[in-house]
Amino acid sequence: MTKSSGRFEIRLSGSGGQGLMLAGKLLAEAASVYGGKNTVQTQSYGPEARGGKSKTDIVISTEDIDYPKATSVDVLLAMTQVSADEYRHALKEDGLFVVDSYLVDNPGRDSAIGIPFTLLAIEQCGRALFANVVALGAIVELSKVVEWDSLEKTVLSRVPSGTEEANKKALAVGREAARRAMGKVS
Amino acid sequence: MSGNNERSIWVMQGNEACSVGAVAAGVNFFAGYPITPSSEIAEFMARHLPLIGGRFIQMEDEIASIAAIIGASLAGARSMTATSGPGFSLMQENLGLACLAEIPCVIVNVQRAGPSTGLPTQPAQGDVMQTRWGTHGDHAIIALAPATVLECIELTACCVSLSEQFRTPVVLLMDEVIGHMRESVEIPAPGSYRVHSRPLPRDGQEDYQPFCGAHGDVPPMASFGGPHRFHVTGLTHDERGFPTMVPEEVDKKIRWIVDKIELKADDLAMNEETMTDDCEVLLFSYGSSARVAKASVRTLRERGVKAGLLRVKTIWPFSGKRLRELAPQLRSIIVPEMNLGQLVTEVERAVAGVVPVRHFGRIDGHLFEPDQITDFVLEEIAS
Amino acid sequence: MSQAIERARTYLKPHKKLPTVWCGGCGLGVVMSSLTRVMSAMGLDKNKTATISGIGCTGRLPTYIDTNTLHTTHGRALGFATGVKLANPELTVITAMGDGDSVAIGGNHFIHACRRNIDITAIVVNNQIYGMTGGQYSPTTPHGKRGTTAPYGNVEYEFDIVSLATGAGATFVARTSVYHVRELDKLLERAIRHRGFSVVEVVSNCYTSYGRLNKFSGPVDMFKWMKESAVTVKQAGEMSPEELEGKFIRGIHVEREQPEFIEVYDKLAEELAADSSAVNQKRRATIESYQRLGNRLKARIE
Repeated sequence: MTKSSGRFEIRLSGSGGQGLMLAGKLLAEAASVYGGKNTVQTQSYGPEARGGKSKTDIVISTEDIDYPKATSVDVLLAMTQVSADEYRHALKEDGLFVVDSYLVDNPGRDSAIGIPFTLLAIEQCGRALFANVVALGAIVELSKVVEWDSLEKTVLSRVPSGTEEANKKALAVGREAARRAMGKVS
Repeated sequence: MSGNNERSIWVMQGNEACSVGAVAAGVNFFAGYPITPSSEIAEFMARHLPLIGGRFIQMEDEIASIAAIIGASLAGARSMTATSGPGFSLMQENLGLACLAEIPCVIVNVQRAGPSTGLPTQPAQGDVMQTRWGTHGDHAIIALAPATVLECIELTACCVSLSEQFRTPVVLLMDEVIGHMRESVEIPAPGSYRVHSRPLPRDGQEDYQPFCGAHGDVPPMASFGGPHRFHVTGLTHDERGFPTMVPEEVDKKIRWIVDKIELKADDLAMNEETMTDDCEVLLFSYGSSARVAKASVRTLRERGVKAGLLRVKTIWPFSGKRLRELAPQLRSIIVPEMNLGQLVTEVERAVAGVVPVRHFGRIDGHLFEPDQITDFVLEEIAS
Repeated sequence: MSQAIERARTYLKPHKKLPTVWCGGCGLGVVMSSLTRVMSAMGLDKNKTATISGIGCTGRLPTYIDTNTLHTTHGRALGFATGVKLANPELTVITAMGDGDSVAIGGNHFIHACRRNIDITAIVVNNQIYGMTGGQYSPTTPHGKRGTTAPYGNVEYEFDIVSLATGAGATFVARTSVYHVRELDKLLERAIRHRGFSVVEVVSNCYTSYGRLNKFSGPVDMFKWMKESAVTVKQAGEMSPEELEGKFIRGIHVEREQPEFIEVYDKLAEELAADSSAVNQKRRATIESYQRLGNRLKARIE
């Protein structure tokens, strides 16, 4: 398929309960509400509310988005080994592949960037459930798909009141980790 | 949903947008039964109707749900229900009552793969013919199919308006892709949608006749509780609403409920065309399949194929007018649908052999991929 | 007395030519005359009353009653009635259903209506058979009795509608028969006045489709059976299960207060309206902005 030049595809994958659907929503809102771009977010639905495979695609474009799903992924986040195995084939040759190295032993691609999101969430944010926001901070830092400011505004407007500071910190933890990882790569 | 109020750009799910459209059009009563992939609509209405003076109820099944919205409409409400295939099947009998008794209401069907329980979380477009012919007996139906989240708002409002204007049930035929996807939309300005109200009887009208238009007009509709009490029945009835077996009266009634809609098919047609001016290969599609077809048209053009897309938003009544207008310039018409051939039969009828029509179906619970449609078209051209 | 009859007659539709579709000797005429007497005695506003039915012989009853009337699909009267009442709670809503209509095809709707306690009166005319379709056995045909689909006697066991309604949570449950006309008047009025879901089972007769198959000599014989088989709630309290075999218990079985659905719903809505929390205010502002998207065209009034 020939893509519109302005089209950018992100896939967040892992297992149910890791907060990836919310992360996808936040990314889409950051891109549209604050970034002024068109977005479509789709997700795979299974019968499981918790556990089971979980995947969300976010397509961001300056033009109209016809086909709503990702076909040739620019950024892939895998938060489990199973999702890394299943989805890395959809990633472009030069795409950005980020895995939670705490949960993924073998990304299957040399270019993958491993960051221990879940471990960072536990150690630096106090709870594993911040792993999605940590990851969001990292992939936005690595891909620059949305402005950092847009992301932070979106997250702060959407999280339960009282948790703003914790989420802001989680984003920053992700950004720092991404910078460190980039340093290692280069 | 969330968004930036000043700029009115929101990222919204199709099902949420459908609910927004309903509220915009004045829907103040919702009855429903949980079913994937439509439940978000019921959840939205349960949350919001009590805030705006409306009422929500979760019924014991879909049969009761449509019964309740028909009853509510008779008592003056603007009413809606939402369901998916299995629930839509259960609604068919009462849908027929609403057609015959000329009672406005809106039924949203977020299509999933069937038959039977099928694939509850996966898309299909297999209910197109059930929408048209699911209830027994001769009747007509209006059904609209959105392809974007913005259209979920617009066409839901349009469904409400048409149901009121024509005094008939109207179906919003969504599919799982459109219902569940989230898309950026610019919320329209206040007053963007013109929504008709049902024609009302005059105050103090003595000889009120609630049914069967006398001069080709949709007859005025009183509400239970107002000054004009009347009888409503699912038996074939005369202008007053009383059962009749007089052949002329029966014939008149049935022709009326069909003609009031079918004769307006061309007026009710809403289409979106992409690069049809000079096209030789026409893709004809609707709903989420049409989004893919549109991507495919762009690719085909890049490869030098004069392709175009006619996307219908009005599924029923079917209008063949635009197809007949385009037919002379076409070498072929290709109809991608997520079924084994439903609306394609209407396309064939419309062009009556003037242009070859080929159906392209996908029924494995997944949306087409653009390459699939592109390749199919290229093979068709080659053969 | 004759004036009362005249007044009751005004609750019959003037346009609708009598006689009814019902057979001579059918108990439905008794039910209809009782209902019109009660409507007249209560002075019900015809325009503010809706009489709703399903399918079957009882389903035809609203056709003759001079209120708003709705003759729906088989078994679904209560679903329609729920919508009517919720859209306009000012209306007095009365449903009339037969035994097949209410507890066979409409059984699910019946128990849920009992549970919800919306202010609707359900009159269940129990003639123990599908009369209109020609005498097939119904869920209330007694075990061993005959129907055209139970030619050798009914294999199944019957529902006790009063127990069913009671178990499902109805807040007013009563039973009488078309023989006990004064009691029928009293119970119908009490049921309509009851604030909540009320059920009145009216044991009736279908000589044409049930009586002839089950050794009754005529409609009068069936009224005699009702007279002899009925015991009051009070009498029943002093009888053994053996003595109650083959009897039905008439009178009020349940009468209790429980907040009515719409009252509870509207109270919640009022509390929401008064809720000044930021979350609620934001939600309200958003939904009101959606309401403004639509520009309602005025209804065409000629």
